[in-house]
Amino acid sequence: MNPDLSIAETEKEIIEEFALFDSWDDKYEYIIDLGKKLPVLDPKYKKDENRVRGCQSSVWLVADYEKGKLYYYADSDAVIVKGLISMLIRVLSGKTPDEIIEAKLDFIKEIGMTTHLAQTRSNGLLNMVKQMKHYALAYKIKDSVPSKN
Amino acid sequence: MNVSLTIPKPLDIAAIRQEFPILKREVKGRPLIYLDNAATSQKPRQVIEALVHYYSNQNANIHRGIHSLAEEATAAYELSRDTVQSFIGARSREEIIFTKGTTESINLVAYAWGRKNITAGDEIIISTMEHHSNIVPWQLLCEEKNASLKIIPVSDAGELLMDEYEKMLGPKTRLVSIVHVSNALGTVNPVRKITALAHAAGALVMVDGAQSAVHLDIDVQDMDCDFFAFSAHKLYGPTGVGVLYGRKEILESMPPFQGGGEMIREVHFEKTTFNDLPYKFEAGTPNIGDVIAFRSAIEFIRSTGKEKIRRHEQNLLEYAQQELSKIPGLTIIGQAKEKVSVVSFILAGTHPQDIGILLDNRGIAVRTGHHCAQPLMDRFCIPGTARASFAVYNTLHEIDELVKGLQRAVKILA
Repeated sequence: MNPDLSIAETEKEIIEEFALFDSWDDKYEYIIDLGKKLPVLDPKYKKDENRVRGCQSSVWLVADYEKGKLYYYADSDAVIVKGLISMLIRVLSGKTPDEIIEAKLDFIKEIGMTTHLAQTRSNGLLNMVKQMKHYALAYKIKDSVPSKN
Repeated sequence: MNVSLTIPKPLDIAAIRQEFPILKREVKGRPLIYLDNAATSQKPRQVIEALVHYYSNQNANIHRGIHSLAEEATAAYELSRDTVQSFIGARSREEIIFTKGTTESINLVAYAWGRKNITAGDEIIISTMEHHSNIVPWQLLCEEKNASLKIIPVSDAGELLMDEYEKMLGPKTRLVSIVHVSNALGTVNPVRKITALAHAAGALVMVDGAQSAVHLDIDVQDMDCDFFAFSAHKLYGPTGVGVLYGRKEILESMPPFQGGGEMIREVHFEKTTFNDLPYKFEAGTPNIGDVIAFRSAIEFIRSTGKEKIRRHEQNLLEYAQQELSKIPGLTIIGQAKEKVSVVSFILAGTHPQDIGILLDNRGIAVRTGHHCAQPLMDRFCIPGTARASFAVYNTLHEIDELVKGLQRAVKILA
């Protein structure tokens, strides 16, 4: 992720990268490559409370909140889902809760990956996008409540 | 001695493929290779045309109408019942109940027969290789009635452990509900033997024929089962139609499943009397158009020849198992001696979902996941499999393409 780029700018960057591929095989090869490169999630986080359920594959997602920005860490047992996660992390990680809540994430459609969001029963990706936004919402609410200290 | 051997002419698969309009389409820029037939088969032109014909010429509500359209539609609907009766060898047409599908057929038995006949302490036997549709209705029934569910285990090859089954049978056994052919493994279960043993123990037998009816010759009298359920859509027919066969005397002793139109004789607020079989179990306006088109699907199978179809599919199965086994790291799950044309497999170090997505990129449709048989996946300690299942229109060339697709997938995923 590039902290200097906005969500929309990173999305645009990804769309441009995908425009270079002319076959589905190439697109998926790239996504698989991203999946393989996704930093390994510490096994201690791979517990049920962090699990975003899908029918076929599972996703584990955790978030850190530092200085008003969210940082996501995730893993999946399926590598294509991992590649898609990797792109979502690239777009959303390091952004403020408001930016994340507002994010349209149109790039998923632009690069032809909407099927992965539609198949709610097949994988946890759609649930993961929701979960990423839930984290953002939760930290936004937490910040808006005056601290007791 | 002059012996003349007549070798039956093999099927002209190219001509058969012409009868399935969907096989002409492309997926992701490549010709569709449809290997998900155990989920649902594609429909031949004559089935599609039967639907169009019905809605263009005969559409009317059946049984009660006095006008010509209603009479024609009723006759066509009832002709489907006769066709199904002879297709599965039932004694009488009253034994054929049209439902939404196999799932509804099983639920019908669980509710109407089960709630009347199952009491606390009774036992129902199913197996590890059941589809969720033949697990959950019995779990619900057992919970409600304080009865218990016994599970026949399966071997590593994916066959029922018959010795264990025999030990389970006893005076408390009321019902054995067993899958004829496993959707996830392709195993053909010895239903005649299972039925004979159950009957000897005084239990009834329900056979889930969702996967078998399209491949095997079905004769419910020979099988001697008490209930048999299957779906039209896995048999080249339309979705939304299923069949429940039930032995007449048992169906007659059962209370209705749902109340409504069609299933009544007279309704008074003091007392309602029910219609005769099979209408007692067909409440409301049935799926008339699809039931009528279902007959065309059975006619397609008959005119093509079930034996010839089976031989072709067995060739595909043998070739697929032989070729897939050559892929390093590939393990076929389900190696029963008797199998239909279903190959379930896992590839070391890969998730079935990734395999499915990459095959789809090449226009190849397979199923991945637990195949609605999670207990079976648990038995083999796997999250799921990729499954290729073949129908009459599949070819050896398509299996070659599957193998190529898998080889490429392995290369990318490794």
